[in-house]
Amino acid sequence: MAAVQATDIVKQFEGVAAVNGISLAIPDGEFMVLLGPSGCGKTTFLRIICGLEKQTGGDIVIGGNVVNELPPRARGVAMMFQSYGLYPHYTVRKNIGFPLRTQRVASAEIKKKVGWAAELLGITHLLDRRPRQLSGGERQRVALARALVREPTVLLLDEPLSNLDAKLRASARNEIKAFQQRVGTTTIYVTHDQVEAMGMGDRIAVIDHGQIRQVGTPTAIYDDPADRFVATFVGTPPMNLVNWNGGHLGFRPENFLPKEMVESGDVTDFSFRVDRSEYLGSERIVYGTLEGLESATEITAKLPPAHVAFENIRPGEYHPYAVRNATLCYFDKDGKRANRH
Amino acid sequence: MVAIAEKFVRPRSRFGSILDRPKILGPLFVSPAILYVLALVGAPFCLALYYSVSAYTIYSQSYKFVGLANFVQIFGSDIFRTTLVNTFIFTFGSQILGLVLGKFGALLLLKPFPGRKIVRALIVLPWAVPVALATVAWEWMFDSLYSVINWTFIALGVIDRSDAPNWLGNPHLAMLCVMVVNAWRFFPFAIVIFLAGITAVPQDVIDAATVDGAGFWRRNYQIIVPIIAPIVVVGLIFGTVFTFTDLSIVYLLTNGGPVNATSVLGFEGFQVGIVSGDVAHGAAISLVMLPVLFVLVVVMLRFIRRREI
Repeated sequence: MAAVQATDIVKQFEGVAAVNGISLAIPDGEFMVLLGPSGCGKTTFLRIICGLEKQTGGDIVIGGNVVNELPPRARGVAMMFQSYGLYPHYTVRKNIGFPLRTQRVASAEIKKKVGWAAELLGITHLLDRRPRQLSGGERQRVALARALVREPTVLLLDEPLSNLDAKLRASARNEIKAFQQRVGTTTIYVTHDQVEAMGMGDRIAVIDHGQIRQVGTPTAIYDDPADRFVATFVGTPPMNLVNWNGGHLGFRPENFLPKEMVESGDVTDFSFRVDRSEYLGSERIVYGTLEGLESATEITAKLPPAHVAFENIRPGEYHPYAVRNATLCYFDKDGKRANRH
Repeated sequence: MVAIAEKFVRPRSRFGSILDRPKILGPLFVSPAILYVLALVGAPFCLALYYSVSAYTIYSQSYKFVGLANFVQIFGSDIFRTTLVNTFIFTFGSQILGLVLGKFGALLLLKPFPGRKIVRALIVLPWAVPVALATVAWEWMFDSLYSVINWTFIALGVIDRSDAPNWLGNPHLAMLCVMVVNAWRFFPFAIVIFLAGITAVPQDVIDAATVDGAGFWRRNYQIIVPIIAPIVVVGLIFGTVFTFTDLSIVYLLTNGGPVNATSVLGFEGFQVGIVSGDVAHGAAISLVMLPVLFVLVVVMLRFIRRREI
């Protein structure tokens, strides 16, 4: 197990910077999630850590050693790929044993380790099958077993759940998280799915256009976004932004409530014109506009359905709504977080 | 009462209605191809079957049935047995050589370098050049006096002028020469097959092997080659069938010599049946190829089915 340190990593592809100066320190045993939209450079960054891509500039330090010039196999990392990259012509047993065979581990030892990894992931009964005879979830476990069998210092996961259906994804998420806590391997997990990021990460690094926008715990990312990008990328529906003194004022839809539901005290009042609402069972999303204020997008409110009186969401009318000031975020004209003004 | 819809009336054309039936139109479209195969492959094949059990020569055109006498006679002949062995050596030697060249050619052509597109286009030349032209060029390169290969080796000081090899005069070297020329003709095809196969291997699988610690050789021979094996074997089936039945290179380069050292079944069948006019024995020699190829192809197809992933 080891800490990972990246300093000023730059990667140019024919003049285009896919990664544009990322610095990130990941302590030993942490579950770090790299979150960002497609094409933001997060996978390229992961491939640089692993050694599949060579950075144009910057240093990667794993466990105290600069590994810039080392090939992937010498870095002691393991990676799990989006489509798993299982070897189709090998059985599960040989797939899991492959990383050990390349290290010339004795066959008795390989047998023991493969058994251990299969046991750990509950796939002992699949050992003699071939990848094509497995379901998506089973393939994912085989890929994870193959990544773990040589006890890597760092585990790299590149969107490992994107090929699973929604239901399986939720359970696989818990499994991977619980598993990581058990083995304690430093893990870097790439995803574009904020639910995965929020649910699994000890910390999240939000990446956009090859740069880190914010690094922090899920709570910090959600409640205290560093800039407008993070504020609108994380959260469904995203944070409401209204034009305010040349910058933007932001508030989360779940903090935007009918006035009577907000505790009196330090609040900001709005007059909310409701256009329509969606009932989603556990919540009701109300769409509309604010009187006298311009916003880039539709304003949304996320309300607990059981406690909302119909008078407060009747379409076509203005209703008094309010936000507690403690939950307001201000962004300056460059989109950076600012103090209230 | 108002008629809502009029009954559909089919236009009355007898010719049109016949062509409208898929059961007639389909076979009609396929029939030229079937006729072509029947006339140019089926009929000569049946004729060969019949000749091989007759006593037919161009001098005595007797259709007398002699049973398997022709086959017994050719299998009793030393020349035929040499020819049979030569055919196997020629076929497998040139296929293996062609596959090795194809594999390395494909690996080289996968790497981006300036002018790759031009090289990729030029590489198919050996395949595209008429066999007669190419073989004559090779004949000069292997010539006992003017061999450019020997000239190069002598100039480099690798061999002495006095013991320069007589490429087409030495039985073993002559066999090597026909194999080299055949492999040279086959390897562009092998490159295309390998390129198609290798580019179809998912990048994730290759990356996974790299991260799992596989170096260049292990990645190639434990991951890529086994995955593309079914595709390569399909190419090998084509190569084997064409090479096993080929006579052009042997005919043009060595004429079966020296002393039948490079004689192959196709060449021998042509010599006996056409040149010498002993059609019955020529047909029998050629027909020996049929069961051999049948077994080879079945074995290879079974391999493909077993390896399907």
